[in-house]
This record gives sequence, structure tokens and C-alpha cells, in this order.
Amino acid sequence: MTHISVKVDGTTYEDDVEPRLLLVHYLRDRLGLSGTPIGCDTSNCGACTVELDGVSVKSCSVLAVQADGGEVTTVEGLARDGELTALQRAFHEKHALQCGYCTPGMLMAARDLLREHPHPTTDEIRHALEGNLCRCTGYQNIVRAVQAASEQEVPA
Amino acid sequence: MTDQIVEGEVGRARLRKEDARLITGQTNWTDNISVNGLLHMSILRSPMAHARIGRIDVSPALARPGVVAAFSGSDLADGLGSLPCAWPVTEDIVLPDHPPIAVDEVRYAGDPVAVVVARDRYAAADALEAIEVDYEPLPPVLDLEAALAEDSPLVHSDKGTNRCYVWPLKTGEDFDSVRQRAEVTLKRRYHQQRLIPNAMEPRAVVVTPLPASGEYTLYSATQIPHVLRVMMSLVTGIPEHKLRVIAPDVGGGFGSKLNVCGEDAVALAVARRIGRPVKWTESRSEGYLATHHGRGMIQDIEIAATREGKVLGLKVDLLADMGAYLMLVTPGVPILGAFMYPAIYKMDAYDFTCTGVFTTRTPTDAYRGAGRPEATFAIERIMDELAVELGLDPVELRRRNWIRHEEFPYTSIAGLTYDSGNYEAATEKALGLFDYDKLRAEQADRNHRGDTVRLGIGVSTYTEMCGLAPSRVLRDLRYGAGGWEAATIRMLPTGKVEVVTGTSPHGQGHVTCWSQIAADVLGVPFEDVEVVHGDTKAAPQGMDTYGSRSLVVGGTAVHHAAVKVVEKARKVAAHLLEASENDLEFTNGVFSVKGSPDARRTIQEVAFETFSSHDLPDGMEPTINAEHLVDPDNFSYPHGTHLCAVEVDTETGQTHIRSYVCVDDVGKVVNPMIVEGQVHGGIAQGIAQALYEEAVYDDDGNLVSGTMADYLVPSAADLPDFVTERTETPATSNPLGVKGVGEAGTIASTPAVVNAIVDALRPLGVQDIRMPCTPERVWRAVRSAKEARS
Repeated sequence: MTHISVKVDGTTYEDDVEPRLLLVHYLRDRLGLSGTPIGCDTSNCGACTVELDGVSVKSCSVLAVQADGGEVTTVEGLARDGELTALQRAFHEKHALQCGYCTPGMLMAARDLLREHPHPTTDEIRHALEGNLCRCTGYQNIVRAVQAASEQEVPA
Repeated sequence: MTDQIVEGEVGRARLRKEDARLITGQTNWTDNISVNGLLHMSILRSPMAHARIGRIDVSPALARPGVVAAFSGSDLADGLGSLPCAWPVTEDIVLPDHPPIAVDEVRYAGDPVAVVVARDRYAAADALEAIEVDYEPLPPVLDLEAALAEDSPLVHSDKGTNRCYVWPLKTGEDFDSVRQRAEVTLKRRYHQQRLIPNAMEPRAVVVTPLPASGEYTLYSATQIPHVLRVMMSLVTGIPEHKLRVIAPDVGGGFGSKLNVCGEDAVALAVARRIGRPVKWTESRSEGYLATHHGRGMIQDIEIAATREGKVLGLKVDLLADMGAYLMLVTPGVPILGAFMYPAIYKMDAYDFTCTGVFTTRTPTDAYRGAGRPEATFAIERIMDELAVELGLDPVELRRRNWIRHEEFPYTSIAGLTYDSGNYEAATEKALGLFDYDKLRAEQADRNHRGDTVRLGIGVSTYTEMCGLAPSRVLRDLRYGAGGWEAATIRMLPTGKVEVVTGTSPHGQGHVTCWSQIAADVLGVPFEDVEVVHGDTKAAPQGMDTYGSRSLVVGGTAVHHAAVKVVEKARKVAAHLLEASENDLEFTNGVFSVKGSPDARRTIQEVAFETFSSHDLPDGMEPTINAEHLVDPDNFSYPHGTHLCAVEVDTETGQTHIRSYVCVDDVGKVVNPMIVEGQVHGGIAQGIAQALYEEAVYDDDGNLVSGTMADYLVPSAADLPDFVTERTETPATSNPLGVKGVGEAGTIASTPAVVNAIVDALRPLGVQDIRMPCTPERVWRAVRSAKEARS
């Protein structure tokens, strides 16, 4: 067992974990933060995308011990005091989700994109989200939503 | 008293009520569920396509840390019946036994053989490795034609054949005589590759038992909680009234969760055995083996026509891959297609035969469209080939054969009565949006120049049968259940409304749409309606969600139930206002006496008066709640025209979709935003079949495309924007005029894309490309056409 200390969505947790424990299982099974789902076992689908120390990562491809001393933001930490982010609002307003299973990962990946490229073209959006799969929407409304959020003054 | 002004809800692009939780991670997927003492189950699966099971020893697994129990298939056999096939399509169909967990023989790579139950998912997965199994290999059965040969090895040796069934449908004139008088006949063979549905949420099951009372709650990532309850009761022997099934948040289905799976039964059996709650969640790669596949057919199709382009008849011989076992509706999937090959065209003869074939592969079953995409692909492909043969534009050929709008209702050669449609209008609108003539001119120019990047245009004018289904028709098709749907509306004392539905949404937006329907009829605010679903205790009656049926049948039930509520409320209001019911008007939720606008009661006030029941009409039951069950009279028949323009690089084989235009007619629309989303997603899945996806097996029967890294689910970068428009020809078979939209895009788009690719390459001598049209396949087709010409 390895002792880790991780700040997740503003709260610091201290735990002893198996070195092989995946970050996504740590979030879901140990911390009960089940807002971040798992969609595959080959890091293709991106459903489990979270932010680790300012960068988006697929939390199925990161060990919990690698997050030791780090700061994680999940989909559950995006809205503050019930105030949705521009991206969350845009996903709702542009109908960018149907079943919603890919949505946490899409939101986190899109957030990463807008941080680096505040005003992406639709092509840039499509390529930036290439690592996040959605089976319901055909992506068109996801692209619209990211574009709409990028036009907001409030940061994503 | 304030005026209640409620705008018409039906037809509005209401933002979804479902979203708030989904965009904030406040979700309840089955794998999120945690209860005290929960154990994790993992499943050992056969690494071989076909083998006899010798010895299984689970005891080394029991010695592993954290392991609570381990069972082989034979340990669990007592008390577990065969998994059901609810659609035995012929009287003499071969129905093999289908144990939820294999006992003496495995018949596909992935067939479950043993389970471990442990304190956490890691311990459960580790312990699987310790289980010892001796397999005696048997020959795999993989080729559909070879499987039917006399000397083929057998998937089910006790059945003496791999032929599951032969299902014929011959209507109109004799096809052979029609063929004789035809001036042109064409025969083609098309392959429908196997597809893996890939709902983003993997399947998962949680069972919580109450041993003292013998009660069980089964949480399952399913589209069909109601059907699952009945079937699980039959399979496990748990009395139906002691079994509650809950479909919590469900992350997509596309048919893949329309099933009664071994894992649900095994989880129930294990929880019963050890008296502890159990969870099983498939990994994606496990799901590729364990969750049913779609398609998997060989289609021989022959069309007979006159030189002027009048289609005279159609003959279809279908080989359909059942896989190793018959799941819930496996044999019926190609039969749903049987009625759709004639599509929107008039003809004199139709001769269809489907042969179901067992193979040692994962079972097939419904995948978005279920039989209808396959049928639509074959007819739309061969219509394009016929157009070329006759020197006609493919749109013109369709125009010469389709049912004209003034001919509805029209009974198709396959025996379906299409209630309404307007193929001319949808096609004209699509051609305009697409700029068809301009693209044809550009194509001619590029062909003339010998451009290495060719332009192709694909046409697909489809219809489909959905809104499953009239129960009597299902009886005639030998389907085991009915096709009705249920709704209950509860007017709560404070005037809020609960709509209880038997449909089971998993992304379709039923909560939003059913709220719109109920709000319109009841005259209450959209926000005041809640929709209850997916729990056999809270929403006890239903036939669930599949086959684009939910709005057509379930939405109609909501409408009728709401009408009943208003009629009951009218009696109470008339009594309270001391007026005759006939003198009451009901507008926007307010009952008022004609001519005395001040004499009024809102429906919410009536709800409260009914709750107190102090002053109801004599003899009236103290409720205005109402229930309604709908059994539809007919299917519904959405239709539309999809046009696709592709650029194909003849040097690399790469296909680029340049534009995609569709005009769909799904009848009246409850929520245009949701309809557009359904069309987008449907088209994406159809394009995925045309260009990207295939479940590939090697010669030993191993699934080679066994992970998401090997099976290409398209990403945002692989798909274009779609131009989606509608025409609106209301269905006449339901009061809402709706037709259903869940499968339309998938049914229409695959042939549009492949027709476009072949159209681009035809000047080079290419006549067909097998799906998926990968760059390699396109490049090879171009190359072999060149070689054949030189």
C-alpha cells in the first residue's frame, strides 16, 4: 500500500492505495465520486477524462499514486454553487448530449481545448475531441456547443 | 385567480429536463450503485470458439485473498433455466438450450464458464486467473454457406443441423414468371458485416437480495426492465412478485441492451446462493465478446424490370448469422427486414426467403434498425445498379417506381399498409438543399478531366416500419409478447403531475417529450410535470423501449391518459361550478362556464378538491388520475430522402464525405431539437457501418477486433456536419400523428454513402465495394478494376 494525498474538486483526501489502483477507480470506488464514468479498457473512449494539475487526462490511464500531491478536477467540480460553466450551459442549450455517458469526458476535454485555444474553428474542435467517443449525437451538436461556449466571455 | 397561459408544448424545441444531472455528474449508472456488503463478480470466459469443457476447478480461486465464492457453470446449473428466445419465427425452428453459463460445451469465444465473487473488482479479476479449465477443442463453424453443408461440423450436435430456420414470404405474382417477362434482370450479392453496437455505457448488473423474505432487486443497464422481470422470473424461478427490476440511468442501448442476458441470471443465482449483494460490470473488451452483435448477413437479391425502368419484381435470399445461440429476438431480426425490401416501390412479385444459420460466434440480435437497415441497403444499392443498367438517373428511376402521395394508404407488395407519406416532397426538398444538378455537373467535369479525386453522389429513399407493434400482427409473426404500451397520470394534490410510463429511456429524452405531451392536454406548465420510468415497482406496466416505438405507442398512451384525466376533472369542475358538463369549456388548464367567464376552476384546483373529496359528484371515485394502455392498429412508416456526396481519392482509397443532406418525414414532431439529435446520431451509426466498423473473426473463431483500439467507432474528426430537414406528413394511426425517429438515420445513411462511393468509382470500372469501405478496400477495388480493364 502506498500513502497518497490528492485534492479532488477542492477537498484533500489521504488514503493508502494499492500501487496498481487506477485513478478512475480511486475516484469512483474509494471516494464515491461516480460522476466520472468508465467507457472502455483501452483508453480510447475518453469518458473518464478529468483534469490533473491543469491538464486533461484519461483517468483510466493514470494510477492513483501518480496523482499523489496533485489536484484533480472532475465533472462534479465544474459548477460552483449551482452556477454552471459556460460549457455545461452550452451542452444543455445545444442538445450536445443524449444518454450523457460520454458527457463528463467531453466537458473536460473541451475545457482543456478552450483553455489552450479560446476560439477554435469547428475543425479544431473536431480534432481536439478525437479521443472522446460519443455514440448518440453524431458529434454535430457537441461541436456546436463547444463553439457556443467559446463565444462566451466567461471562461469555460 | 390568475390566468394560466400555456403555449402549445408539442412542437417546441424544449431544452431537456434530463440534462441537469448528466452535465454535472449527478448520475446513477448501474455501476455507480453501492450498497453495504456489496461484492464484485467477475466472469471467466471461454478463450475458444468451440470446445467441450472437461474438468473445471474453481478451488484455487477460493484461496485467493478477498474471494468470497467461486462457481462453475455446473455449480450454478441447478435453479437456472435456459435463456429465452421470445421469437421462434417458424413452427419447426431449431431452438437450442441456452444455459446462462456454459455447463459442458462452449460455443463462442466469450461463452461464460465460471464466476468469482470477491470484495473488490481487482480481487475478483485476479482470482479468475487461478481457475483451471480443461477444454477439448471442437471445430469452429464460421462460414454461413459451409455451415449448411451436409458434412459441416455442428454448433449444436444434438440438433443435427446448423440450419436454425427457413422463413419464406411470397406475395403477388410468381417471381419466375415475372422474371420471364422482364426485359432486364440484375442479381447482386451484398454482405452485411457484423457490427458491435457500442453503447457508451457498458452493461452492468447489481442484485440486492433480502434472503429472509426471498425478495430481490435487480438493477440492470437495460432497455427492457419490464420484459426482463418476466424473463428473469422464468429463468431463475424467483417468483415475479418477489423480483423488482430497475433500469437506473442507462447510457445508450441501440438494441444491445434489449436482451435477457446470462449475466443477469447468474448474478441473481449467485446472490441467492450467498445471500449477499453482487455487482457485475463488463469491461469494454469483455462486452465485445459477451454482448450481442448486430447485422451479419449475406444477401442475394435479384430485381426484374422493364427497359423503361418499371420494377416488376424482387427476389431475396438471405443467410442470417444467428451466432451460437438464440437470444431474445435473434431469429426475428431478419424477419423485420423481410417486409422492407420492397421499400417505397410498387411491384408485382416479391419472393423472400431467410435461412437462419448457427455459427460459433457471439450471438446476434437487434442493433439500431434491426433488419431494416440491411433490407434498405440491399434495395437501395440494387436500385442504383438498375439505374446504371438502364441509363437512368437514380432519382428518376426511384420516381418511376415509388408510391405517389395520392395513392396512400397503400398496401405494399409485402403486405404492409403504409398509412401516409409523400416521397415526392421529401425528395424535391432534399435535391434542392443538396444542389444535386450542380454536383452532377461537377462530377461529370472531374470524370472528364480524369481527376484522381472523384466525386460521387449517393441516393437513398427509404421507409421503415416502426412503432412496434400491433399485438395481433406480432402473434401472426410468432412473437411471444404483445406490442402495447401503458401510461398513468397522477394529478397530485398540489396540482403537480406525475406521468408514469412503461417506456424505458436511455438517451431519447422521454422525460422532456412526455412532459410536453401531458402539459398540452392537461393545460399545466411543462415544469410541473415529472416522468416516472424504469422501475417495475414505480412504473409496473410496460413493454419498454426499442424499434422506434416509444413515442408512437408510449407517447400516445400518455396522450390518452391525459385526455381521461381531463374528462374526469370536467365532471368535478361541473359539479363545483353547478353547471352542466356540456356547458364547460376547457382551455389552458381552466374549466369555465360558457358565457360566464368568471365561473371557473383550474385543473389544479380540481385536483385539490378531489384530494379532499369533500364535495364530489355523487358516486364518483375520489380521483381524477387515469391509466391508459394503447395497442396500436398499425405500424408507423417514417420515410425520407438522404443524399451523400463523397470525394474518393483513387490513389489512397480515402473517402471524404463532402456533404450530407437528409429530409426525413417522421410525421408530427413533439420536440424538433430532439428529433434532429436522433437523426444526427442515426446517420453517424449508418456511416460507421459504411466506412469504419466490422467485427472481424480469424479462422479459429477468435474475435480479432476485440477491443476499442481495434474496432473503429468513429470520432468527431471522422464525421461531417449533416444538413437535416423535414417534411411533415402526419401518421394517421395515432392521435399525435407521430411516426418515430430513433432508427431512421441509421436505416437511410449506409446505402447513401456506399452508393456515393460506387458512383464515384464506376467510371473506373468499380461496381461494388464490400463494407466497411476502408481506404484499403477502396484502393484494392480501384486497382483490380484497372487491372481488369488493361
